[in-house]
Amino acid sequence: MSTASAVDLPGFAAPVDAAQRCFRAVLDAMAHPGRIRGMGGGLVAPYPLSPATAAVLLTLVDGDTQLWIDPGAAAARDWIAFHCGATSANSIESASFVLALSLPDLASLDLGSHERPEASATVILQVPTLGAGRHYRLVGPGLRQGGEVAVGGLPDRFTRDWAENHSLYPRGVDLLLCAGEVLAALPRSVAIEAL
Amino acid sequence: MPQVASSVCVPDPGETPPSGALEAERRAWMAVLARAAGEAIAARLADLPDLPSWHVLRGPESGLVMVRGRAGGGGLAFNLGEMTVTRCSVRLTSGQVGHAYVAGRDLRQAELAAAVDALLQVAALKPALARSVVAPLAAEQAVRRADEAGKAAATRVQFFALRTMR
Repeated sequence: MSTASAVDLPGFAAPVDAAQRCFRAVLDAMAHPGRIRGMGGGLVAPYPLSPATAAVLLTLVDGDTQLWIDPGAAAARDWIAFHCGATSANSIESASFVLALSLPDLASLDLGSHERPEASATVILQVPTLGAGRHYRLVGPGLRQGGEVAVGGLPDRFTRDWAENHSLYPRGVDLLLCAGEVLAALPRSVAIEAL
Repeated sequence: MPQVASSVCVPDPGETPPSGALEAERRAWMAVLARAAGEAIAARLADLPDLPSWHVLRGPESGLVMVRGRAGGGGLAFNLGEMTVTRCSVRLTSGQVGHAYVAGRDLRQAELAAAVDALLQVAALKPALARSVVAPLAAEQAVRRADEAGKAAATRVQFFALRTMR
């Protein structure tokens, strides 16, 4: 290895097309809370990120966004800096995007203000499984009959923390769950109950 | 169509350059490669046998960068204008990473310049590459620059001479 901080892996093969497709996928996931859809197929992600997580980062994060990176994902820091050009947030409280490998304390994040609720943080949470694991019932806009999503690896405190986040509406953070090559979104508007 | 890169941050001219012999050397060869045409680099590389292969990490992609200037070299920085730049980064199978930022939209030039930058970091290949790629390109560029400087010098007006004529 010639340099200590070598970037070994490429990003999207066709950056513009792939980023547009992934952005559309994120929009669609946000509009349909809990719906699991493909993301990052064919992308070789740097350790310890999954292809879906890496694709979301390449799509949403750039030099104008403050990204906080989970210490557990420090091995991917160089790759993120090179391909996204993201500036590292000084603290998790000021970050507009939070890359997490375990559920952060949602109340400590940037929750937005009543004047600018859209300025709140978006949490990109990598979980072990989506579509398997613990089942959660979802109620809210975008779900006519309510929905259900199975997620592995969320702690027991998740539903309690989420209820607090949901009660702040229109403030609050949005959650993007990534596992392997799939993604599901939990916007702040949705109420979640563990089954 | 070349794809548009996200805005590229150009270092402020007031920043202190990185020190060290390797940085200076690498800067010199990157400057030569950035000024050489893609075909010229390809032609020089064709003479060299058995080069390691590489894969592209990013690009080659074209975009705009804002060129900043300072009046007299010491005034306040201002935006001179935007220019088209193509960038590329490659990684050799042996691990070395090479980068290139070149003026214009020559995608092939950017990729080859990045590849040669990476190849020059391989100690075993460096002497041969420096001798048969970088040195001839640098010599060509020096000749061209001297030629242009000569033509420009011929049109120089001696204001001092005009004053003594009166």
